Amino acid sequence: MPGKMEIKLKVNGEDHKFSAEPRELLVHALRERLNLTGSHVGCETGHCGVCTVTMNGKSVKSCTVFVAQADGADVTTIEGMGTPDNMHVLQQAFREHHGLQCGYCTPGMITRAAKLLEENPTPTEEEVRFGMAGNLCRCTGYQNIVKSIMAAASEMNSAKEAAQ
Amino acid sequence: MIPAAFDYYRPQDLDGVISLLQEHGDDARVIAGGHSLIPLMKLRMAEVPHLIDLQSITELFGIEVGSKIRIGAMATQSDIINDISLASAAPILKEASLQIADPQVRYMGTVGGNVANGDPGNDMPGLMQCLDASFLLRGPDGEREVKARDFYQGAYMTEREDDEVLVAVTFDAPKGGYAYEKQKRKIGDYATAAAAVIISKDGSVCKGASIAMTNLSDTPIFCTDASNSLVGTSVTADDIKKAVNEMIEAIDPAEDNRGPVEFKKHAASVVLTRAIKSAWERA
Amino acid sequence: MNDMTPDRNERKANLKGLGSSRKRVEDARFTQGKGNYVDDIKLAGMLHGDFVRSPYAHARVKSINTDAAMALDGVIAVLTAKDLEPLGLHWMPTLAGDKQMVLADGKVLFQGQEVAYVVAKDRYIAADGAELVEVEYEELPVLVDPFESLQSDVVLREDLDPKADGAHGPRKHHNHIFTWEVGEKEATEQVIDASDVVAEEMVYYHRTHPCPLETCGCVASMDKVNGKLTLYGTFQAPHAIRTVVSLISGLEEHNIRVISPDIGGGFGNKVGAYPGYVCSVVASIVTGVPVKWVEDRMENLMTTAFARDYWMKGKISATKEGKITGLWCHTTADHGGFDACADPTKFPAGFMNICTGSYDIPTAYLSVDGVYTNKAPGGVAYRCSFRVTEAAYFIERMIEILAIELNMDAAELRRINFIKKDQFPYTSALGWEYDSGDYHTAWDKALKAVGYTDLRNEQAQRVEDFKAGKTRKLLGIGLTHFTEIVGAGPVKNCDILGLGMFDSCEIRIHPTGSAIARLGTISQGQGHATTFAQILASEIGLPADSITIEEGDTDTAPYGLGTYGSRSTPVAGAATAMAGRKIRAKAQMIAAYMLEVHDDDVEFDVDRFVVKGAPENFKTMKEIAFAAYNQAIPGLEPGLEAVSYYDPPNMTYPFGAYICVMEIDVDTGEHEIRKFYALDDCGTRINPMIIEGQVHGGLTEALAIAMGQELAYDSMGNVKTGTLMDFFIPTAWETPNYTTDHTTTPSPHHPIGAKGVGESPNVGGVPAFSNAVHDAFRAFGLRQTHMPHDHWRIWKTANNLGLHG
Repeated sequence: MPGKMEIKLKVNGEDHKFSAEPRELLVHALRERLNLTGSHVGCETGHCGVCTVTMNGKSVKSCTVFVAQADGADVTTIEGMGTPDNMHVLQQAFREHHGLQCGYCTPGMITRAAKLLEENPTPTEEEVRFGMAGNLCRCTGYQNIVKSIMAAASEMNSAKEAAQ
Repeated sequence: MIPAAFDYYRPQDLDGVISLLQEHGDDARVIAGGHSLIPLMKLRMAEVPHLIDLQSITELFGIEVGSKIRIGAMATQSDIINDISLASAAPILKEASLQIADPQVRYMGTVGGNVANGDPGNDMPGLMQCLDASFLLRGPDGEREVKARDFYQGAYMTEREDDEVLVAVTFDAPKGGYAYEKQKRKIGDYATAAAAVIISKDGSVCKGASIAMTNLSDTPIFCTDASNSLVGTSVTADDIKKAVNEMIEAIDPAEDNRGPVEFKKHAASVVLTRAIKSAWERA
Repeated sequence: MNDMTPDRNERKANLKGLGSSRKRVEDARFTQGKGNYVDDIKLAGMLHGDFVRSPYAHARVKSINTDAAMALDGVIAVLTAKDLEPLGLHWMPTLAGDKQMVLADGKVLFQGQEVAYVVAKDRYIAADGAELVEVEYEELPVLVDPFESLQSDVVLREDLDPKADGAHGPRKHHNHIFTWEVGEKEATEQVIDASDVVAEEMVYYHRTHPCPLETCGCVASMDKVNGKLTLYGTFQAPHAIRTVVSLISGLEEHNIRVISPDIGGGFGNKVGAYPGYVCSVVASIVTGVPVKWVEDRMENLMTTAFARDYWMKGKISATKEGKITGLWCHTTADHGGFDACADPTKFPAGFMNICTGSYDIPTAYLSVDGVYTNKAPGGVAYRCSFRVTEAAYFIERMIEILAIELNMDAAELRRINFIKKDQFPYTSALGWEYDSGDYHTAWDKALKAVGYTDLRNEQAQRVEDFKAGKTRKLLGIGLTHFTEIVGAGPVKNCDILGLGMFDSCEIRIHPTGSAIARLGTISQGQGHATTFAQILASEIGLPADSITIEEGDTDTAPYGLGTYGSRSTPVAGAATAMAGRKIRAKAQMIAAYMLEVHDDDVEFDVDRFVVKGAPENFKTMKEIAFAAYNQAIPGLEPGLEAVSYYDPPNMTYPFGAYICVMEIDVDTGEHEIRKFYALDDCGTRINPMIIEGQVHGGLTEALAIAMGQELAYDSMGNVKTGTLMDFFIPTAWETPNYTTDHTTTPSPHHPIGAKGVGESPNVGGVPAFSNAVHDAFRAFGLRQTHMPHDHWRIWKTANNLGLHG
């Protein structure tokens, strides 16, 4: 029964094609086939969010998506945000405000935060906490994560204003 | 963590879905957002040899708002929250959706997925009963409507036949005040107790009331007696107490990690009291 | 001469040494998704392992049929105890002097216990293979209550001779593990009997789990050509793992390389050895290819090192003026099916004897009985500092209950019993020598910061309003003043499996003035690569930005006992400072040579050596570094490096004052944290930003533990909270903002006066949250209610007190 199917995935702007069992989890495809190990696995019930990516413009837990469902999708992972020479504002803000410790939840946090700020460029602290409630962290107690995201929002908005 | 293997189909229309369902019987299941089904498959608690993906069936998408509201089965919680006309015509939906799961799950979780599988923990079933919604089912013999209030038989047991697909939910735009109150242990949890209330006023008297409770039985509970008890009253504290007592008679909560039966009954009383007060104020 | 000329300040700031909130060097890779965690490791030909686990808590294993699994394409092997027995590896020693099964040997003792290990080409096939293994069980009666276990005829450990001594002395019963006693039993009982006031209570600290976001795992890679095993893994103590693997496998240590890569949170969950590591090593040795094992979340929660489960019966006595006269504690410790507790060898109940806390208690007695039950093995984990979390919870609850007995304000009761500043170093009645403390200053600062008197007034009004039916919300003020004990520890009494608990630092300075230092510890998020460079920067005068810190590779790092129990700063931090001073001592000689003066005629000034009395003559450390490689100095070897193995003379004793202001809805059992104030005194503060982060994180763990998180079992030994649906990890929404503060009372025996801080917020946080709940109901007659204080339990408390009308 387990046949393979042809999967087409656009990831971080690059087209990929591979053959996989339909049941393969998107997070495993990203990590194992495409060597994008920034997205992590932390649970099997869809609660922790360390696998969060952006798929077709939505924040999605990639551990709860089969590659079969993702066939044809457009995915952005943490590796698609910024470059070492030109990091994303959020990546810089997390460093500036100590928004990470062990780093395991960080790719999911930053990926989700980027989408959150698209949804709502000027969130209140409460809105940040609500908007990030799909991402667990054990190290930071969230306070500096919220600070990082608020700081990034502020900077992104200033940059936008300056550009206008 | 790793689901069992399955065959995957992504038909382009509903007829394709239905013929697959007919062919494979209860070895086949449809998948919408997958955020109820996939965790079960990963724990190997649900065995699905044939998985039918609904994401390409365009007629299942969309939200239409008029005096009648139609929400396609593939509309997500996120779609509901962001639909401006829906928020105006039936604000209880946005209020309830914001209390479901977390942002990522809301991007993928669908109305169809939430109402069709009969999971007593889901929020939409009770809400749809409160709205007196109808579920449009399509099968090999065509389309039929089943009232939400008649749809649920037991945990994971509904009126839907194995070869039928939920296409849309429809309901009249509700009139009056509304509230969806949900007590939970944290964001992402199912309800310890939840109440959906719609209540309309004529002067200072209740003209109509609709109460449904969630996760307090093996199905959602539409509380006919509690609803009726409010009609014709001015919804005083005593009237609310009476309604709550009727509701308590109608539910049958089970003990779980959220607490024992007596606590759940108490939580149910509190959420319903708050929901009625809130809805009445908004009426 | 003015010591702090602007120029000097600037030079100091440039170093980013002690006291700098230096940004972390780790963040570059983590924010870009370029961390290297165990599951990121891919080696050629790598296989995957997965376990078959027991659904039953206590059962005989009648048969295991692996035929169907072996027939599955892609399954390479299925290991059972029978396969490990010829290697002597079907059992392994635990850190507590017990032994535990690697794979089920005739029976299983807890739900989830490992029964068979399937090795396959990838993790999907391994999972399918595990489903195909057929195991026949015969269920046995289950014991989940330690008190019942100590009375029961049911024998859990049939492998142990009930008449023989255990690792810690005689055993009273076939389900008994050890009795540990400290203090003066008779004197304490006499004092308590003779005292004016006695409060007696059973304080239960429930079973929970550290639940780091990254689960445990490893990649074992046996190179058969060179006869060398490389083992990557989630190891908080890589060198200890290497030694243990050597002892159980027969491979010599020089042929074993253990590497802890990036670790996604440890919190004590990743200290000991698990069957997954042993089976992977065996599988790799047998197949000659790498084998990876990574557990999933349910496996992690159900089978790896849990935390707590201490039933602490206490008696505390005092004069009627409130001066404590004696403390008595008997603890029943539930260890699960095997005693795998990660304690130093001589301390089967860890440092529970810190339970006299911050108080000057003249007489005390503690006894602990360890018990076997049908639950997962472990006990010491989760920022506990070896049972200090239990001890602190115990004494901070007993003090509150004593305050009720005395009808006294609990803040005042604490104040009059604090050890005074001039009493340090203070030897407690249970045998610890506290190094330093100034509890009164911290306490007064905390009470002032939260406006304590106003809060009590507000609370009194709230009680009236509640009784008058004006509100359904109660206000609780949760007080805690904790003293904890970290930095294990002096070799003479602290060892893990015989390995003394020293730690180490090895430094090498490069010719052009940058450096690399390696330590015997391993960060799991604490930021060692950032902070240890700061210690060195201050000691040797090179910028922290020029110092690379490495940990975790046993081929290159000097031997150390790893990171847990907040020991890195007290022990490895000390080694770092000492190694730095050795560098500085040699640098002094080089400088003197270069400046053509006597060794004693130069002195160290931030980043250079200056000639005494002629400061315009100096050599920077950078210049000295080059000279070490460039000059032929009589009497000195070339190069500039040093190593220090530090055996601490004592533990360190961080302390703190935490106050939690909490609103409780008596009808729903919901709570809201209005304010949480945390004052920590960890001695010298290396990086304030990192300290604050540690406190936020530890307090959030404490919030979870106190307010809803538990590893609950039903009477059949089924785990009820085995997924994140029911195992409570708060999201950003449930977590409040914290106000952090500090005082600084350096440790007199530590080279830089630092004490360590990582565990303190969990130690002090849980009593603060729990005391807030208790305090809210104090006016209505509540003495003690067990954690976690989730909605239904708070509701039940209110219900029992008649608050639901």
